[in-house]
Amino acid sequence: MSKQLKSPGLWLSLAIVVAFGLWPALAGNKAYARETTFTILKAVALASSLNILLGYTGYVSFGHIVFFGLGGYVGFYLMEVHGLHLAVAVLAGGLSAALLAFLLGKAILRLRGAYFALATIGVNEAVRAFIKNFDPFGGPIGMTLNFQVYKAYGGPDRALWIAYIATALLTLVIVLVSFLVKTSRFGLGLMAIRENEDAAEVMGVVAPNAKTWAYVLSALFPGMIGVLFFFKNGNIEPGDAFVLHQSIEAIVMVMLGGQGTVLGPILGAAAYQRLRGLLLVSPLFKNIQLAVAGVLLLIIVLFVPAGVIGWLRGRFPRLRRVLE
Amino acid sequence: MLVPSLVDGLLLGFVYGIAAMGLSLIWGVMNVINLSHGPIIALGMFGVYLVFNAIGLNPYLTLVLVAVMGLLLGILIYWVAVHRVINAPHLSTLLATFSVNMIIVGIGTAVFTTSPRNVDFTLGSITLGPITLPWTRILAALAAGVVTVLLYLFLYRTPPGKAIRAVTDNRAAAELMGIPTNWMLALSFGLGTMLAAISGGLIATFFPFTILAGGSYELKSFVICVLGGLGNPLGALIGGLLLGALEGIIPAFMETSWVPVLEFILFVLILLVRPQGLLGSKT
Repeated sequence: MSKQLKSPGLWLSLAIVVAFGLWPALAGNKAYARETTFTILKAVALASSLNILLGYTGYVSFGHIVFFGLGGYVGFYLMEVHGLHLAVAVLAGGLSAALLAFLLGKAILRLRGAYFALATIGVNEAVRAFIKNFDPFGGPIGMTLNFQVYKAYGGPDRALWIAYIATALLTLVIVLVSFLVKTSRFGLGLMAIRENEDAAEVMGVVAPNAKTWAYVLSALFPGMIGVLFFFKNGNIEPGDAFVLHQSIEAIVMVMLGGQGTVLGPILGAAAYQRLRGLLLVSPLFKNIQLAVAGVLLLIIVLFVPAGVIGWLRGRFPRLRRVLE
Repeated sequence: MLVPSLVDGLLLGFVYGIAAMGLSLIWGVMNVINLSHGPIIALGMFGVYLVFNAIGLNPYLTLVLVAVMGLLLGILIYWVAVHRVINAPHLSTLLATFSVNMIIVGIGTAVFTTSPRNVDFTLGSITLGPITLPWTRILAALAAGVVTVLLYLFLYRTPPGKAIRAVTDNRAAAELMGIPTNWMLALSFGLGTMLAAISGGLIATFFPFTILAGGSYELKSFVICVLGGLGNPLGALIGGLLLGALEGIIPAFMETSWVPVLEFILFVLILLVRPQGLLGSKT
């Protein structure tokens, strides 16, 4: 552990997240900078969590947003209906997402390759369709947070800052966990599964357990982030919580930066969100920003499948010490 | 109550079936899940819509044009997006076809916006005892049946069709026998997208749609393929009829909004218990 903590790669990754997190404190228009940075931090958190499953273990989850949405719903329900504190709701949201992953994991992680990807899409759609019919969660209309709830946190403005700071701290934790997993014995087992699952089992990796825990870990944090996001948002509905598209955007971010690296998803998420923001405000690309993102994805998939960090690590072996 | 909605569902099932058949064909030949399937279904809808509105051509004649365009588009997509990653891990082909999905939806949204359209075309309806059916539904099911028969004649009776089946069985051996395997892969991808475009064109004759409408039919196609066995085109048609029947029967017992819940739970369960599909297929 102490040897792991001396790695410059870890500190570089953490420093970048801290720099993002502090940005609104230094910016001129604080509220605006906070909103922009919030989306970046959320993207970093989701991409880094997904990377544990996608990058380290090699399992493509196309419906990962289900954990974000479910966590968000559970936390929102606890705050709105039972008046629980945000911190409790965040924990409950994360745990419920992790529980879903644990229950699903044993079953669907038996599937490999494209079958697993299809099953995750099915799970996302099934949960979305279920919540649309689930009256305690507001059915198709969803729920809206009573304005009084924010009073407990010192008014809406302070509540937004609290949500922001919590998201920034949580993102730091996720990056730390991502690094610790990668450099641990557990992570080594995951990467062995990624390279060749049968060979890994022969070498003594208990693949079903390792995969399940990787799945649980990569579901826990999106669930917590979901609660913070929808707390800030003030309302939640099935159409916003389980957007299949966001799952795939998270995959794009991981691919862009470099799957299986710690730094890659951070840079990939920040770059993707920044690019999306620029395209959305550009008069030329505003209407076809989705198509531009598609072209970008196609170029990465066809020509730079290892992502930016992966390419740098392959091209300049000396950088491997720094770019973890 | 039950019989009319069951018949209605079965007729729709034929149309769902040929969309799924396209997905299944591509999977069977080259082990690629085509995530651009939905937007191509939507393009088929817009093809019929645009031609009908511009020159008032009969939608069923337009389908021939839509089919040709779908075939050419698919061959283009294969060479641009799929060919380079055909032997790469699944993630690459999933993402490559998904990027095509984003490009089509992005451009389509800019050009057509997302406001709903419909093809203003009716042929009246026919009443048989308790059942009243619009002719467009019946003709769509018939057209889907004809397309299925033609596809099978093509795959089993013509040289390129036999070559596609050879490539499906063993790509390396087919290459050694002098079959231009890459062109056969491109052709099968084109046939898959052609089927998607045709089903979109048929759906456009009775349902309103937007450029985003393909997404839900793509998801239905996944469910159907898993029901019928991925890679088994005839299974896809039967899976389509099963799904159509379910959509006809379920609303008789519970609210319509529960239909997708049951569909996707069934989908995940079948993947878990019998990944080769209810009807099985060569793996």
